[in-house]
Amino acid sequence: MQRTLFVAGLIALWQLAYFLGVDVFAVWKSYAVPSPAGVLKSFLLLSSGSGLGIAIITSMRRILIGFSVSAVLGGILGLLMTRFDYLNQNLKPLILGLQTLPSICWVPFAILWYGLSENAIVFVIIIGSTFAIALAAESGIRNVEPLYIRAAKTMGAGEGDLWIKVILPAAMPSLAAGMKQGWSFSWRSLMAGEMMFSSIGLGQILMMGRDLADINQVMVVMIIIVFIGTVIDRFVFRSWESGIRKRRGLDRDRA
Amino acid sequence: MGLSVENVSMTFPDSGKVTLQDVSFDVADGEFVCLIGPSGSGKSTVINLIAGLEKPTQGQILLDGQVVKGPGPDRVVMFQEAALFPWLNVSENVKFGLGMLRKSKEEQEATAMKFLKMVQLSDFRDYQVHQLSGGMKQRVALARALALDSKILLMDEPFASLDKQTINLLREEIQTIWMQTRKTVIFITHSVEEALFFGDRIIMLSADPGQVRNIIDVTLPRPRHIESPEFIRLRKELLQMLRIEVEEIAKKEYDAE
Repeated sequence: MQRTLFVAGLIALWQLAYFLGVDVFAVWKSYAVPSPAGVLKSFLLLSSGSGLGIAIITSMRRILIGFSVSAVLGGILGLLMTRFDYLNQNLKPLILGLQTLPSICWVPFAILWYGLSENAIVFVIIIGSTFAIALAAESGIRNVEPLYIRAAKTMGAGEGDLWIKVILPAAMPSLAAGMKQGWSFSWRSLMAGEMMFSSIGLGQILMMGRDLADINQVMVVMIIIVFIGTVIDRFVFRSWESGIRKRRGLDRDRA
Repeated sequence: MGLSVENVSMTFPDSGKVTLQDVSFDVADGEFVCLIGPSGSGKSTVINLIAGLEKPTQGQILLDGQVVKGPGPDRVVMFQEAALFPWLNVSENVKFGLGMLRKSKEEQEATAMKFLKMVQLSDFRDYQVHQLSGGMKQRVALARALALDSKILLMDEPFASLDKQTINLLREEIQTIWMQTRKTVIFITHSVEEALFFGDRIIMLSADPGQVRNIIDVTLPRPRHIESPEFIRLRKELLQMLRIEVEEIAKKEYDAE
């Protein structure tokens, strides 16, 4: 309720600012500033056809593929770094550096290697999120309480059991946090990838808005991106993470 | 048969510190042996070596004639902290080792229940670990260790982080359970009273480097009671006998605090 009121207030302020800035004082150009009414109209127009739905489904498919691949790749990479000191000492600084690179920097490579194709977009997603997941996996595994491993060993756990039944579940809270971060990285990379060229997708609708000088359409897509990102973050990742934390009593002292 | 520690020395490569020097003792099957010594006497190292979590620099440890090469479920350890897995609930924790031994689901369930009952926690079988008090956690850890039915139970100051009240209760409980199961136990403590309460024998270690200074046979009948006149008399005797060592312990402990 409180949040609905807040959002309503925000929209009212936005409308007021638009009214003052564009209509009353005419300091802003109407084509450069979106208005709530314009955004709503643009949204209704976009959603009257099947284009927006298809664009969302296409984008979601790409991100699911890209994110799954980076989760697996990142997990393996993180694991390797914990197993081999050589990799940890030499590869980790490199990965730390690469992680700071915005995924849009990879667009030229993507185009040269995969052409203007679906694969190019997925590549940008993968490269944009793998490193974050790898680093989270690495620190999660490294920080597993050694006592758990010792206890498991004295109870007869072999190497395989140790990894599957002890190290992986023990590292799960950090792995979940890493996945969550990886997800937001891949979401950003998806946009970078989709703006590369005209393909179906949310990014493309946004670019279309730019090409048509339709600032309201740009705004609609931005809102949809934020909305989907928030929904998934909240209902998938946050509930997963808080489930883990609650089960282990990690949230007891927090409100 | 039983366990023999033969001329074991241990130097940690990182610090170069000689933690144990030429330590030898035997533990017979079904015997309850207490290791006592000041901090720095390498008590925990002895347990880790017997558990196979570390390898001695010199000497060897034999269990039923076999050299101990690595950790295994025939030498379960109870640590200072319960070391329960927070991602499993109480009964899953007790079943963990049984799962490692690839026991059937039914057998795991039955064994877990049996030992949870023994430590009086069967009502808590579905609880998460964080919902338990420190004393309850140690009792679950005890149930988990007993469930494996190992040849030897190694206990590394399992009461170190508990309050006095809980310690007294747990002592009674462990004594009762031990009298039922007659397991071979090696128990580390820094309390003379505790060693006297549990031990068939008390092995006294000295510090820097850790060496066996004294081995004392305790012939008090069981169940033992801390308040009984014989216990008090024996504790006094023991304290007198070990005065030098005890003073050393006290001093070390004092310095540590």
